[in-house]
Amino acid sequence: MRDFSYAQAKSRADAILLSGQPNTMVIAGGTEILNWMRIGIVDPPRLVDISRVPGIEGVEALPSGGVRIGALTKLNDVAQHQLVRKSYPVLSEAILKSASPQIRNLATVGGNPMQRVRCPYFRADEPTPCNKRSPGSGCAAFAGFNEKHAIFGWTKDCVAVHPADPPVALAALDAVYVTDDGHGGRRIPARSFNTLPSQDPAAHNVLRAGELIVGIEIEPAEATSAYLKVRERESYEYATVSAAVVIDLDGDVIRRVRIALGSVAMRPWRLSETERRLAGRKLKSDAIDSALDAGFADARPLSSNGYKIKLARNAAKRAIELAAGVT
Amino acid sequence: MSEDGTKKLSRREVMRGSALAAGVATIAPIGARQATGSVTDRFEHSNHVVMEINGVDHQFDLESRVTLLDLLRERLHLTGTKKGCNRGECGACTVLLDGRRVNACLLLAASVNGRKVTTIEGLADGPRLHPVQRAFIEHDAFQCGFCTSGQVMSAVSCIAEGHTGTNAEIREWMSGNICRCAAYPQIAAAVEAAAKERI
Repeated sequence: MRDFSYAQAKSRADAILLSGQPNTMVIAGGTEILNWMRIGIVDPPRLVDISRVPGIEGVEALPSGGVRIGALTKLNDVAQHQLVRKSYPVLSEAILKSASPQIRNLATVGGNPMQRVRCPYFRADEPTPCNKRSPGSGCAAFAGFNEKHAIFGWTKDCVAVHPADPPVALAALDAVYVTDDGHGGRRIPARSFNTLPSQDPAAHNVLRAGELIVGIEIEPAEATSAYLKVRERESYEYATVSAAVVIDLDGDVIRRVRIALGSVAMRPWRLSETERRLAGRKLKSDAIDSALDAGFADARPLSSNGYKIKLARNAAKRAIELAAGVT
Repeated sequence: MSEDGTKKLSRREVMRGSALAAGVATIAPIGARQATGSVTDRFEHSNHVVMEINGVDHQFDLESRVTLLDLLRERLHLTGTKKGCNRGECGACTVLLDGRRVNACLLLAASVNGRKVTTIEGLADGPRLHPVQRAFIEHDAFQCGFCTSGQVMSAVSCIAEGHTGTNAEIREWMSGNICRCAAYPQIAAAVEAAAKERI
């Protein structure tokens, strides 16, 4: 790792001031950026440490009935907080199925969606064509190793998937990332925080320089939910596919269901058409299969990942059953 | 303790737990900076860092890029904490930070300023091994031993967190520590036994 200069931010305003300086990057939990620097993905001359900024840590109930989670809250503390466990099991499960206990003690919930793709070409030690690593150089994965890559929303310029679990749960919950930029900030839906290659193949997310995620807000949960993660190893492994489902039932009739898939696209992928078709339908009916088929109508395989379409579809179906308590 | 922190201590010497006094670690030459008072002057190449390591107070002046892992191994010669992958993937560098398990390779030492670190060298009570250390020996929970100090530190935390209800729960909550020799059944058995002993 090349040396850099370092400063600790003392307040939110200080963090925004320092992170807005030229050639400056932000470190919070540090579980990603230190590896980027070791690999050579980034080489920032300045690092601002926001991990001690007061006032943006912890889980609190909102007067509306929802919750607000401070951006610096460690993943383990979010997952094991009673409010999250009780009202948003999908988020608790998604977090506890991500990374390892040690990493979850370091990684922050606000830093987690900043995670970058795990595409081996992006993370290569030697230069390889990758539009995210070196914009304009092409995408080696499109005609290369792409078994774990996207089935939705890819272009020939980038076929990578966003690898994180918690944002998939947050997308299903219609959570919002609250940012601060010194001018009021923005409220960015979790489902559109990460950038599809059709928007910009070189980008990872829509956050701007000098803008920080300071919190996550989730609406009141009237529903039950579940997270299903399918992977090659039972623990401490990225998803091959995952599915987050939030469901509101009236007996065995679906009032409303929200479904987000993970590791299938450059962002958590909501099955909007499936969701629309399932409203008012009974659980355990043929309607679920046909609604899932409709949601997968725009799935497209790459050269080596056709299996992921069936895997993701079946994962979605099982996650609906899990969330609904169907055995 | 030498001034440049490069004195070679034998592994045994360190393992015996000789309390290391605060050392003044190497300071990289710093280019002359202009004191213009601008915001960017807040960014430092050398950082004064204090921390309590295994019950002993230390202070250092450190380059920004020094990780907690490199500080422990290269400056303090506490080589019980292992550098396996140096990417947060293997768990061999697991230490306790204010009592919670973390990967020492994923922490900048400067960010740990003012906090308490416990390493494998700080676990035993004099000549008396920690119950988790004893359980690892009794259950033959290692072969080559490279991952063991990380496994032990992780297990201490796993037990304190209460994630030892079943064998499956232990395996899930110990999954951040990779064992290339695949001593996993014995490791889980050792954690289970140590958890019972402590209750």
